[in-house]
Amino acid sequence: MRCDLSNRGVAVLGGGGDTKGEGWSAICLPLTLLATSMILKALFQFLIFPGFLFTIIFGLFLTWIDRKITARIQWRKGPPFYQPYADALKLLLKETLVPEGVPRFIFLFSPLLGLMGVIIAAVILLSGQFSFTGDLIVIIYLFALPAIAVIIGGSASRNPLSAIGASREMTLYFGYELPFLLSLLTVVIKSGSIRISDILLYQENFGPILYSFSGILAFIIALFSIQAKLGFVPFDISEAEQEIMAGPFLEYSGISLLFFKLMRAGMLFLLPVFLIILFWGGIRTPWVILKFLFILILLILLKNTNPRLRIDQALKFFWTILTALGILAVILAFNRL
Amino acid sequence: MKDLRVWGLKKSPWVFHVAAASCNNCDIEILAALTPRFDVERFGIVLVGSPRHADALLVTGVLNRKSLPRVLRVYEQTPKPCLVIAVGTCACDCHMFKDSYNVVGPYDRHLPVDVYIPGCPPKPEAIIAGVVKALSKL
Repeated sequence: MRCDLSNRGVAVLGGGGDTKGEGWSAICLPLTLLATSMILKALFQFLIFPGFLFTIIFGLFLTWIDRKITARIQWRKGPPFYQPYADALKLLLKETLVPEGVPRFIFLFSPLLGLMGVIIAAVILLSGQFSFTGDLIVIIYLFALPAIAVIIGGSASRNPLSAIGASREMTLYFGYELPFLLSLLTVVIKSGSIRISDILLYQENFGPILYSFSGILAFIIALFSIQAKLGFVPFDISEAEQEIMAGPFLEYSGISLLFFKLMRAGMLFLLPVFLIILFWGGIRTPWVILKFLFILILLILLKNTNPRLRIDQALKFFWTILTALGILAVILAFNRL
Repeated sequence: MKDLRVWGLKKSPWVFHVAAASCNNCDIEILAALTPRFDVERFGIVLVGSPRHADALLVTGVLNRKSLPRVLRVYEQTPKPCLVIAVGTCACDCHMFKDSYNVVGPYDRHLPVDVYIPGCPPKPEAIIAGVVKALSKL
């Protein structure tokens, strides 16, 4: 039955009649099965395991860890473990408002854009089957998508505070992307490849990139950059609650706000994983959970012990200190240190 | 479906603070209720900066001719279902300003108020108890 459709297609293409039908079906049945299984597998990977479902469920759990540790630092008890899921459920079932005079499609599509970027990055990073030359570059662009989604959404919101938030997000993006790229360049120079599986292979043979001078420098730079990418406190300038309420997210409600929250949660999961893959010997070792928790808790502690920077201070920090360190790391990497 | 929605609302009520011409005492007590000492995040209560994110509006102060259109606008901007919690005696029944020339009456004359928390100002404990009452009403 399954073969019928494709069989007819082949017959039309060949221009022949039904005489070849028997032979063709013998070849086309396994081919169809193979194609179906590949499509199902890809769907499974994008929608369930390392993709959508896994990323958001695990990411929301990590946001609970973040809130709990924050609460313990402030000497209080903190929310129960199901809190992020309750928030997500509530936002899912709430009314979604679109302000008057707003480009509807852009406004509602931009949170989805950011979430899609995170999920595709998750599949490429975690499944290990979508490896190709230059996938590091693709990952860099995919990790830029959430920032772009925030900028588009904030600009489309038709609200002065959202516009301020979007412009701050853009400035901050240009700020942290330069040192971030320099630190990734260090990894690329040391391993000599822009393919993630080659970088992992290099680390298997010569030890993790972190255990070298240039590696440590680049890791610290990348840590600050992902703090800014996550919008955590010293760099939460774009959504500064006390100044511009919620910044780009101001006009978002219901499901569209939920997508932004899930995007941030997915980033909280993926960016430390990305760092572990690039600097610390990959995710297929038993130590990966400890490494992951170390990076996560470092980020949360940084978040809880620092005041918010102004946008000009943040830009200065990224473009002077961190960029200088990044250039130093690149020079050290060229000298094989 | 309805159960899930009610559960979500009960477990994560995000509050937005509408200070409509109050004398700031109730506002200070609301902020005190949100400090780590009382730790309302245990119940999922978070102060949000935008009425678009809010599930409950904490309204304070006496409604007057100037603040009424603004409060109504904030209420319309809030996605439904949302609770309205009147904090302070002024918000409940205009207190000593009830005969003033520009006062347009208590909140429940214009908005569907769910819970009244009297007091001048109410204690943080009273505010938390009021929010809990509003949630158990759902």
